[in-house]
Amino acid sequence: MAHQTNLLDVRDAHGGAPGVHAHGGHAARRPVAHGFVHSKEAGGAVDGPGIRYVLFVSGCPLRCLYCHNPDTWHMRKGKETSVSEIVAEMASYSNFLKRAKGGITITGGEPLTQVEFTAEIFHAAKKMGLHTALDTSGFLGKRVTDEMLEDIDLVLLDIKAFTEETYFEVTGAQLQPTLDFARRLSALGKKIWLRYVLVPGLTDKLDEIEALAAFAADLGVVERVDVLPFHKLGEFKWKECGREYKLADTEPPSRELVEQVRSIFRSHGLKAA
Amino acid sequence: MNVYAREPFDTETELSTQAPWRGFLPGTWTREVDVRSFIIANVTPYEGDARFLAGITPRTADLWERLKGHLKAERDKGGVLDVDVSTPSSITSHKAGYIAEDLEQIVGLQTDAPLKRAIMPFGGYRMVKNGLEAYGFKADTSLDKVFPKLRKTHNDAVFDVYTPEMLACRKSGVITGLPDAYGRGRIIGDYRRVALYGVNRLIEDKQTQLKSFELATIDEEVLRAREETAEQIKALKELVKLGEIYGFDLTRPAVNGREAVQWTYLAYLAAVKEANGAAMSLGRVSSFLDIYIQRDIAEGELNEAEAQELFDHFVMKLRIIRFLRTPEYDQLFSGDPTWVTESIGGMAIDGRPLVTKSSFRMLNTLNTLGPAPEPNLTVLWSEQLPKGFRDFCAETSIKTSSIQYENDDLMRPYWGDDYGIACCVSAMRIGKQMQFFGARANLAKTLLYAINGGRDEKSGAQVGPALAPVVGDYLDYEDVKAKLLPMMEWLARVYVNALNSIHYMHDKYMYERIEMALHDRDILRTMACGIAGLSVAADSLSAIKHAKVKIVRDERGLATDFEIEGDYPAFGNNDDRVDDIAVWLTETFMGCIRKHKTYRNAMPTQSILTITSNVVYGKKTGNTPDGRKAGVPFAPGANPMHGRDKNGAVASMASVAKLPYAHAQDGISYTFSIVPSALGSTDEDRVNNLDSLLSGYFLQGGHHINVNVFDRETLVDAMEHPELYPQLTIRVSGYAVNFIKLTREQQLDVISRTFHGASN
Repeated sequence: MAHQTNLLDVRDAHGGAPGVHAHGGHAARRPVAHGFVHSKEAGGAVDGPGIRYVLFVSGCPLRCLYCHNPDTWHMRKGKETSVSEIVAEMASYSNFLKRAKGGITITGGEPLTQVEFTAEIFHAAKKMGLHTALDTSGFLGKRVTDEMLEDIDLVLLDIKAFTEETYFEVTGAQLQPTLDFARRLSALGKKIWLRYVLVPGLTDKLDEIEALAAFAADLGVVERVDVLPFHKLGEFKWKECGREYKLADTEPPSRELVEQVRSIFRSHGLKAA
Repeated sequence: MNVYAREPFDTETELSTQAPWRGFLPGTWTREVDVRSFIIANVTPYEGDARFLAGITPRTADLWERLKGHLKAERDKGGVLDVDVSTPSSITSHKAGYIAEDLEQIVGLQTDAPLKRAIMPFGGYRMVKNGLEAYGFKADTSLDKVFPKLRKTHNDAVFDVYTPEMLACRKSGVITGLPDAYGRGRIIGDYRRVALYGVNRLIEDKQTQLKSFELATIDEEVLRAREETAEQIKALKELVKLGEIYGFDLTRPAVNGREAVQWTYLAYLAAVKEANGAAMSLGRVSSFLDIYIQRDIAEGELNEAEAQELFDHFVMKLRIIRFLRTPEYDQLFSGDPTWVTESIGGMAIDGRPLVTKSSFRMLNTLNTLGPAPEPNLTVLWSEQLPKGFRDFCAETSIKTSSIQYENDDLMRPYWGDDYGIACCVSAMRIGKQMQFFGARANLAKTLLYAINGGRDEKSGAQVGPALAPVVGDYLDYEDVKAKLLPMMEWLARVYVNALNSIHYMHDKYMYERIEMALHDRDILRTMACGIAGLSVAADSLSAIKHAKVKIVRDERGLATDFEIEGDYPAFGNNDDRVDDIAVWLTETFMGCIRKHKTYRNAMPTQSILTITSNVVYGKKTGNTPDGRKAGVPFAPGANPMHGRDKNGAVASMASVAKLPYAHAQDGISYTFSIVPSALGSTDEDRVNNLDSLLSGYFLQGGHHINVNVFDRETLVDAMEHPELYPQLTIRVSGYAVNFIKLTREQQLDVISRTFHGASN
C-alpha cells in the first residue's frame, strides 16, 4: 500500500519535525533563509477571502486518497526558495491584494511541515498589513506556536473525516491532533473556515457529517464551511508520480448530495457553501 | 458648440409643460450645443442595486424570436443574408424597412429589410465587387461605368500616392490592416445632439460656423473647412429626410423617452448608412437617455417594463448593423464586427457617479436578449462607482462574458467626463474629438528586420533599410538593441507617412459628413498608430538578454530560426527584467512616432491592441528569438504569450498594468479568461472576487480588460456543435465576438490561451 511507507514520515512528522529547518522545539523562532515551494499563484480566489497570493509549499504528512496535488507530498521535490524572495514578491502585490480585499494564503502540501518558513512569511505579511490565511489539515497543529498564531488571521481547516476509522482510511493518519488544534483555535478566538471534501463511498456518511457539524458549531469560531465536491482533476498527477489512484472508479457526488451535506451544516447554524 | 449661442433662455416657452425641455434644469446647454452640460445639470445618479429591473416583455420576446430567425438564416447562408447590389448606400438611399412594424418600438434599418446589406463603393469599388462575389452575389455592371471612371474612390486615391516603400511594408505585413480600402471608422458623432436640440437648431449652428469661415484670406485650410461644413449641413438635411421616411419630424427636439431613443438611433443610423467605418461606435448615450426616461416615469407616461423595452428594441437594432466586407477583411477582424461601442458609467468631474438606472437597463439587455457581441458594452470603471452597479456588472460578466471594462479613473484626467470609447479602447471626447485610425505595426517582425538588416525573413526581399545585419552565431542584447532602434525609427517614418496619405484621401473622397456634422467646429484629432506583437518582441529581447539565443541561418544567409539555451523571464509574470523591456519598447516606439509631422497636425498616439488580427500577424511573421514558431499567432493586444504567464492572474495583470498609458493613449488591451470555479465557490464569492480583481487591476494603472468567464470545455464543445451555441459570446482584445463565427484557426487560438485557474 502506497501510504504505508509514508506512515513512517507521519510518525516522524508528528514526533520530531523532519526537514532541514527543524531544530527541535518550537519555543524560539530562529530565522530560516529558505523553504521548499511547490508553486505560487498570484491571484487565487478560492483559498480565503478576496484575491490572494497563494503559496503552495511542498511536503505533506498525509496521504489522502483523493489528493489532487500528490506532487506536493515530498518536501524536497519543491523548489528551494528564499524567504526574502517570497517577501519581495508579496510586497509587489501588496497594494493589489489589499484593494482586492484579499491577502496571502499558505497552503500545500502541508504548510506546517515547514513551520518556521511559514511563520516567517506570515510575520512579514502581517508587517505589510496583509490578511493572512493558513490552509492546513491541522494534523501538525501542535507545531504552531501562540506567537505564530498572532500572525494568522484565518485558518482554513481541512477536516477530512470525523471518526478515527474514516480519517485513517482517507489519510493514513490520526484525527485527534486536528481536533485538538481546532479546540485550541477556538479557545484563542481564531477564525476558521472549515473545509470538507465530500467523496462518495468514503466521506459521505451522514451521521459522521452530522457529528462534525455539531463539533464545528460548538467551536464558535467557524465563519463558514466549504463543502468541496470530490473531483478527479488530479488523477493524471498520480499516474505521473507512478502511484495507483484508488478512486479511479469513484464518481463526483451528485448535486443533491452536496446540497444535503451543506444543509446539515446549515442546520447547525453554520454558513455553508 | 463654441460659436453659436442663442439669446438668453426663455423659461416661459422652453420649459412650458408641452415643450421638449419641460422640467429640465437650464445650463450652458440651453444657449450652446453642449450635451455634457445638459447631462451634468439633469442626470439622476442611481446608487441602488439591480432589483428594480424588469424582464423581457411578450412584445420584445416575439420580436426577438423573429429576429433570431433572420440571424439563423444569415448564418445558414454563410454569413451574408442578402445584399442590395445596385443602390450605393446614402442617408436617404432606401425606403423604410422593418423587422415587424407592429412590434417595433424603435424603428429604422440600413436598407429596406433586416440584415440586407448595402454597398458602399466610395471606400473602394473593387472591395465591394470582391465582397459580393465571395458571398455569391452578382455585382451590378452599371456601376462599373461609374467607379472609378466617373467617381474616384478612396482606395484608388491612396494607391495613387503610396510610395514603393509603403507598398513593400504593406505587402510584407510589417504594417497591416491599414484603412486604405475600407472606412476608417473610430469617429463618434454626438448622436444625442439630435434628440436634445432637433436638427434645425444644429443646422443653424453649422451655418453660423460657416459664417465664421468668411475670412480675409481664403486659403486651402479655410476652403477645406468651408467645404466640410457645407457638406455637414447637407448631411443634416438628409437626416431630416431619413426621419420623414420613418414618419418622424427630426427638425424638432425629442419630447419624451421614446423619441429621445428614436432620434438618437436615427442619427446613428444615418452614420452607418453613409460610412462603413471599421468601428462605428455609438458613444455614451445610456445616461443621457435616462434623463428623458426618468421624466416620463415621473410624469406617469412610462413604466419600468416599457423603459426596458425601449432599450431592448434599440439594442436589437444595434445588433444587426451590417456592412459588406471581403472575406480577407473578416479573416483579419473575424466575425462580422461593427464595434457599436456604448460606454456606460464612469464618474462626473464633480464626483457624482454617472451611473443611472438606464446604465443598468443597457446592460440588462444581455439578460433580456441574451449575450451578444454587439453593441460592444463597455463599462467605464471607477473605484467610486456604486457597489450595486459594480455587482451587477460582475454578475452580468460572469453570466455572459460580454462586457469590457476600462479605467475611468485613469482616463478622466485626460478626457474629462463625457468621453466615449471608439472601437475597443480608444477614448475620445464626444463631439469634440476624432481619430485617424492607423491599424498597427508589427514589432516582432521589426525585430527580425533588425537582425536581418532590413530583409524580410519570409520573402527575403529588402523591405527595410539595408543596415548591417547581426553577424556571428549568437544574438547579443546590446547589439540587437542598437540595430532595433534605427529599424523602429524607419518603420515609424514609413508608417506615419502612410497614415498621412490614407487620411488625406479619406477626408477627400470618403468624408464622414453626418458624423462630423455632430461634432464641434474645432476638434482634437489624434493620429492613432498601434503596435502588435509586443509580448513576442519583449520576450525575444528577454531571451537574448537572459538566456543564450543561437541563430540558425538558411541558404540565403537569413536568420530564420533560433535555438534558445537556458531559461528567460517572460512577460506576464510580474518580472521587471522583462516587463521593463516591454515598457521600453512601448515608450521608444511612441517616441519614434512623435518625431513625424502628422496630417492636420493630429496628435500622435498609439494603441497596444490587435483585436483578432494577432492570428494574421503571427501568420506573416517567421520564427522569433523567444521560441515562437513561424506562423504561430501572437498574443492579442498587450497580453502575455499564451501559457508563458505562469504565476497567476494577478502577476499577469501586474505586468500589463506597467505599460504606460501616457505613451499609449489610444489604449492598452488585455484579455482575461478565467474558469468559473477559480473565481469562487459561490455566486456571491464570484461576484465579489471579480469586483476585487477589477479594483486591484485598475488601481495598479491597468487601462482595459476583457473578462471571459467560462470553461475551456464549453469552447471545445461549441467548436464541435456550433448550432447549440448561437449566442456564445467571448471577448478578445477589445471587443466581443460570436465564438461560432470565428475561423477554426481563430477558435483554436482562443482555446489555447491562458485560462486562469484551469487545471493543466
